[in-house]
Amino acid sequence: MLKINKLHKSYPIGDSSLHVLKGIDLSVESGEMVAIMGSSGSGKSTLLNIIGMLDEADEGEYVLDNVPIKNLTEKKAAIYRNKFLGFIFQSFNLINYKNALDNVALPLYYQGLKRKERIEKGLFHLEKVGLRDWADHLPNELSGGQKQRVAIARALAANPKLLLADEPTGALDTKTSHEIMEFIQSLNDEGKTILMVTHEEDIANMCKRIVRLKDGVIMEDTFVEQVRASQYV
Amino acid sequence: MFDRDLWREIFQSINMNRTRSLLSGFTVAFAILLFAILFGVANGLQNTFAEAFVDDASNSIFIRAGRTTKASNGLQAGRRIQFKNKDYDYIKEEFGDKVQYITSRLYRNVNASFRNEKNSYTVRACHPDHQYLENTKVTYGRFLNQSDMENKTKVVVIGRLVEEDLFIKTTPVGKYINLSGIQYKVVGVFEDDGGDNEERLIYMPLTTAQQVYGNNDYVDQINLTYNPNLKFDQALDFSNLITEKLKDRFSVASSDQRAIRVRNLANEAQAINQMTTGLGIIILVIGFGTLIAGVVGISNIMIFIVKERTKEIGIRKALGASPKSIVSIILIESILITLIAGFVGLFIGMGVVELAGPSLEKYFIKDAGVSTSTIIGATFTLIVAGGIAGYLPAKKASRIKPIVALRDD
Ligand SMILES: Nc1ncnc2c1ncn2[C@@H]1O[C@H](COP(=O)(O)OP(=O)(O)OP(=O)(O)O)[C@@H](O)[C@H]1O
Ligand SMILES: [Mg+2]
Repeated sequence: MLKINKLHKSYPIGDSSLHVLKGIDLSVESGEMVAIMGSSGSGKSTLLNIIGMLDEADEGEYVLDNVPIKNLTEKKAAIYRNKFLGFIFQSFNLINYKNALDNVALPLYYQGLKRKERIEKGLFHLEKVGLRDWADHLPNELSGGQKQRVAIARALAANPKLLLADEPTGALDTKTSHEIMEFIQSLNDEGKTILMVTHEEDIANMCKRIVRLKDGVIMEDTFVEQVRASQYV
Repeated sequence: MFDRDLWREIFQSINMNRTRSLLSGFTVAFAILLFAILFGVANGLQNTFAEAFVDDASNSIFIRAGRTTKASNGLQAGRRIQFKNKDYDYIKEEFGDKVQYITSRLYRNVNASFRNEKNSYTVRACHPDHQYLENTKVTYGRFLNQSDMENKTKVVVIGRLVEEDLFIKTTPVGKYINLSGIQYKVVGVFEDDGGDNEERLIYMPLTTAQQVYGNNDYVDQINLTYNPNLKFDQALDFSNLITEKLKDRFSVASSDQRAIRVRNLANEAQAINQMTTGLGIIILVIGFGTLIAGVVGISNIMIFIVKERTKEIGIRKALGASPKSIVSIILIESILITLIAGFVGLFIGMGVVELAGPSLEKYFIKDAGVSTSTIIGATFTLIVAGGIAGYLPAKKASRIKPIVALRDD
């Protein structure tokens, strides 16, 4: 699915620069569910953003679905983001003046689908996350867990190959976190490749593989016995 | 680019951010309002100037005679120059191709009476052509004609105010009016936009007047209009040529300014044209100035909006929005706000001008108003202005990196 080779990334800070990723080698196969862990500032988000083509590496190779990602034009990057990738963020990042359905249908708009089709698909995915009845509610009328489920429905709407989640449960309580994890696990069961950044050990153990970052390098990369979230809900 | 979904997106975003959309439109609305009012007022001033000419055709030349102030050809200064019919004939023959209408004028003051009503008026005896030189509008009956000239008939055409004074109970056409002891048949009544004095005149055939008031062929003044195809310079040359020829004809020194006086309205028309053009330029400069201020205002607020929506734009980009779609949204939103605000300003401005119009007339502003072509022009200008206003913010928006937008702070 994706292959990363000797990836480096620095951020300029004043006159000097901050070397955040110092040679990352990572390869993820289709159908995997990977947790990226590490202390704050270790570069987890940076790595995920580069994988998501939201940011660019300074050095190294990155191949996504057999496409080398390098020096993409904005237009090309937009198309890949739209077709390959689904994002789930800690702070949901829903558009606050659009209702749940319109939020979910937005990636479909950028895919050029007709409105009727967008509504159909959007409702289908809202149904999937159990929020069909909330289709015409604005984000501020939803609970945190509901917002995250809308965000997941949006990430799924464009039927991406790879789901990227940056602390998807970071803003949720334990119970809601487990509900969300249960859903993400079910997506993985259906065959979606999932990469998620998390701080919580128990959430990480609900994945199938844990990659630990420290000071910009991978310290540990282990396959784990997946803990099913369903037993907690 | 102009699909329905894009419009839905734009209207949703404008609707959700009504306050700031309103705010950003305000400057442009104000600019256009100001422009509409200034434009209307300028239009009114222009109408007033134009009115100053409706009395006399603007291609008129007036020729008068006076006393010589310089000796020449052995003749002493102080000699009185008197035009006669043969001078009228001379001009007609000599410059026939350049003359459009020509008339002589002879003035006499008369005491007029009809039944019990009496008053004193000025008789202006002339050729039938006079009607076209003065834009005289005959309201009843007819004007003087060639047969009146040939037969020296005792007929007159009276002004509207003469009718009002003397013909209180009856219509004048066909009645006989007594002018200083002689009966004349009234054949017509006229109106003239040139003012009350013009409408207090009595027109009489020149030949009749010459016979009645002196039995000679004297003429006080000769008026003509030149061929309207003549350019400004040609018209000036023409009147200079007339002056020269007439001075020669009457043996007047060429430096004598009093004996032969030729007044060419082209001179005055040009001065006023220049003035209205100047005024138009000033209005345009002020209008554009305010419009530019409006554009800068909208641009600033759009930049602020883009900043405010940075996160949203980042989300859209993360979901696969192309730079083009981001640019379209901002640009069209800017154009739409500019256009709507502009029209609001335009129509309020037009309303103000329309309402205030009548009370402005005492300030020499007549029929102030904004024309359809101005509205069309304004629409194009507003679209362009909105585009310019939106350009920088749109550019800024398209350069937003999704990663910058999504960083949680
Ligand atoms: N745009 C940027 N400019 C400068 N420095 C940055 C930028 N983005 C991240 N950094 C720095 O790079 C380092 C890694 O950031 P990153 O967001 O990847 O950390 P993280 O592992 O996700 O941390 P957290 O767990 O707190 O989210 C941090 O020290 C951060 O301050
Ligand atoms: Mg992070």
